[in-house]
Amino acid sequence: MSSEVSEKEIEDLYKKIKSAADSGGYILNPDNSFTLALIEGLIVNEKRYGYQACPCRLASGTKNEDLDIICPCDYRDQDINEFGACYCALYVNKAVAEGKQKLKPVPERRSAERKDSSAETVSTANLKYPVWRCTVCGYICARTNPPEICPICKVPKERFEIFMK
Amino acid sequence: MNTIKVEGTDKGHVLLLGLSTCIWCKKTKEFLESNNVQFEYVFVDLLESEEKDKVKETLKKWNPACSYPTLVLNNSSCVVGFDEEKIKLELLI
Repeated sequence: MSSEVSEKEIEDLYKKIKSAADSGGYILNPDNSFTLALIEGLIVNEKRYGYQACPCRLASGTKNEDLDIICPCDYRDQDINEFGACYCALYVNKAVAEGKQKLKPVPERRSAERKDSSAETVSTANLKYPVWRCTVCGYICARTNPPEICPICKVPKERFEIFMK
Repeated sequence: MNTIKVEGTDKGHVLLLGLSTCIWCKKTKEFLESNNVQFEYVFVDLLESEEKDKVKETLKKWNPACSYPTLVLNNSSCVVGFDEEKIKLELLI
């Protein structure tokens, strides 16, 4: 795997992810070699599929089907709350980061929750502006279109869904 | 299924279904190797689509969440995720 990705690429992406995590109040796994290996996996997936799918999940190769598992995934916050780490453990909670909580395998919550957007119901309240929700961090805003990037977790606008309208 | 075989002590049939990019799959593989367990593995993300679909069907039977790593033991039980304690228990390590 390492032959495909340069150290510079890994370092650059690490800095980008670290800065977004710091500004959003997220904590990266302090085990550096572990974290860098995950970041390498993200770069491999970016090259292979065109998007940074979770290295610990099998991507379909179709971006629209995999939006929920592009890192940071839609399940990160719930898994950090419940298990102390996201599915791949790139992101952890404070207790894990400080060595006070041991990491355990995080069960996959994706399949059961797999979204079928056609079946989803959006609350209708005849609002002046639709309410958009970031599927990654839950940030909510009322405006005609979602922001280009989430001001909290920095994911692009394609990760927003209509929450109310 | 085209698997890669790793020699070691025979603990029954041990099949690791994993992803080449997945660090927990790598940890599982290294754990089996360091405990000298004979096993075979396949990195599903590296397979051609037809073979990939076949392996995914097999995986679904054992682990409906289709997550990786999944360790199939003796074609009769499975361990999902890198659960060191459970693997030790199942393989009597």
